[in-house]
Amino acid sequence: MPLSALTGTKLRDLRLAQGLKQADAAQRAGISASYLNLIEHNRRKVTPEVLERLADALAIDRAALADGGNAALIEDLRAVAARGAAQAELSRADLARAEVARVEDFVDRFPGWARLLVALETRTLSLERAVEALNDRMTHDPHLSASLHELLSSLSAVRATAAILAETPDLEPEWAARFHHNLHQDSERLAAGAEALVGFLDAGRGIEEQGIATPQEEVEDWLRSRGWAISDTELATGLGAEIAQLASAVARSLAADLVARGRADAQAMPEDAFSTALASLGPDPMALAEFFGISPLAVMRRLAGVADLQAGLVTCDASGTMTFRKPAAGFPLPRFGSACPLWPLYAALGRPMQAVEARVQMAGQGDRRHRVIAWAETRHPHGLRGPELREASMLILPDDGSGPIRPVGSSCRVCVQVDCPARREPSILFEGVR
Amino acid sequence: MAAHVLLIEDEPNIAEAIRFLLSRDGLRVSYAAEGAAALVLLRQDPPDLVILDHMLPGMSGLEVLTALRADPGSRDLPVMMLTARGRDREMAEQAGADRFMTKPFSNAEILAEVRAMLAQAGRAR
Repeated sequence: MPLSALTGTKLRDLRLAQGLKQADAAQRAGISASYLNLIEHNRRKVTPEVLERLADALAIDRAALADGGNAALIEDLRAVAARGAAQAELSRADLARAEVARVEDFVDRFPGWARLLVALETRTLSLERAVEALNDRMTHDPHLSASLHELLSSLSAVRATAAILAETPDLEPEWAARFHHNLHQDSERLAAGAEALVGFLDAGRGIEEQGIATPQEEVEDWLRSRGWAISDTELATGLGAEIAQLASAVARSLAADLVARGRADAQAMPEDAFSTALASLGPDPMALAEFFGISPLAVMRRLAGVADLQAGLVTCDASGTMTFRKPAAGFPLPRFGSACPLWPLYAALGRPMQAVEARVQMAGQGDRRHRVIAWAETRHPHGLRGPELREASMLILPDDGSGPIRPVGSSCRVCVQVDCPARREPSILFEGVR
Repeated sequence: MAAHVLLIEDEPNIAEAIRFLLSRDGLRVSYAAEGAAALVLLRQDPPDLVILDHMLPGMSGLEVLTALRADPGSRDLPVMMLTARGRDREMAEQAGADRFMTKPFSNAEILAEVRAMLAQAGRAR
């Protein structure tokens, strides 16, 4: 069981809620009152055995003392702190002031504030992206730049010509006529240019269209809202109406590709046949791939859609960029930046057509374990002499089996793994974690 | 002899206004609407000052400037650039422009700048 810094505080709260005296609770648990006092004030780490006795003494569920409930929120807050630190280039001393080490305490005491903080951070990120998108548009949009140039050119001509007409004493009539003609011409051009510009800016492109959420995130949000499941019947319909609701054209295209792929997977492995095979073979992508005569990547996608398995799935391309993310409980996937290089996903990426299986434990997620299976394939969509593409997927299954455990993380900055040989940058979470 | 200004500007009405303005001020103005023709003119009838638009069809203002600076005959020729945007200005500065006028400029500004540049080059009227 993960023993957070807060276990003591919780114990104290639970004891007080029952109106039990410290000495009585200690006696029931068979420990000294002063030891319990230290535990309750989070000054002593409590061993699992003692905790069990204390839980029994208070007649509470041991799980109630664990901090699993807010794990996602805690992870998000750590990410907020990591980003904040990176943005402001805070020194370690400043970070200590951000009290990252007490994040669990914070979440436990002020869950509402914690959620608000995460929501605000998400909003900040969206707005930053929108500003970037708008900035890009202002700077690089060829139409806008041409419109503005046209406006400035005609305006320059108008200004120069009008000034000559107004300021030149004794202007010859031929010149005056000529400049009046030019002025008329340029003011027409100016009007047309202004109209075109207003039309362009008014085109009613929504803010989403301008890139507030990345298309990938939009698709993930959509899938999350569906519980990450699309039935074969739904796949067959193509889900056109739902996809049309997505804000950006890129997201709609990504979603349509995803559904098309899902439909092909469903045709090769229909629901009934798949659940029968799954029941007899287990969630073994290699065995199922063999059984259906299909790529293990397709099997993994299919497995990720089986609700009972609670499986997560990440897919990346040859650059290691994640192209699909379905998180699993206790296995947070970084939303931004690079993931943990120790993920078997990357081992598989370097060794296509060789299955990599590992029992892993995500740092900072207590003793929760996962069994991950990774597989990569190469493709040559343009034939022999075209570029080689790679795709790797890692299926993340909850695991309670035994065997050697490999520690992995989510992303370096929010990872608590000490002495990690693969660390790229220091963690913000603890002093001394290198 | 009157100082000689070469104006390279593709907008005919802007060119006409500037030509009028400078001629009235006693300068000799020759004019080209695009870069290649301007470079020919530059060699045939070397000016004392060049006014160069940034956005030209075909050869861009920057390309003209680069070509002009690469030629020993015009390496030190004073060049005023007519620009629209800040970023253009940075690039023009690196390419060797001496002064800038941002569109829409005022006639008085242009005149004052041209006089100052000619004076600096020892071509005061």
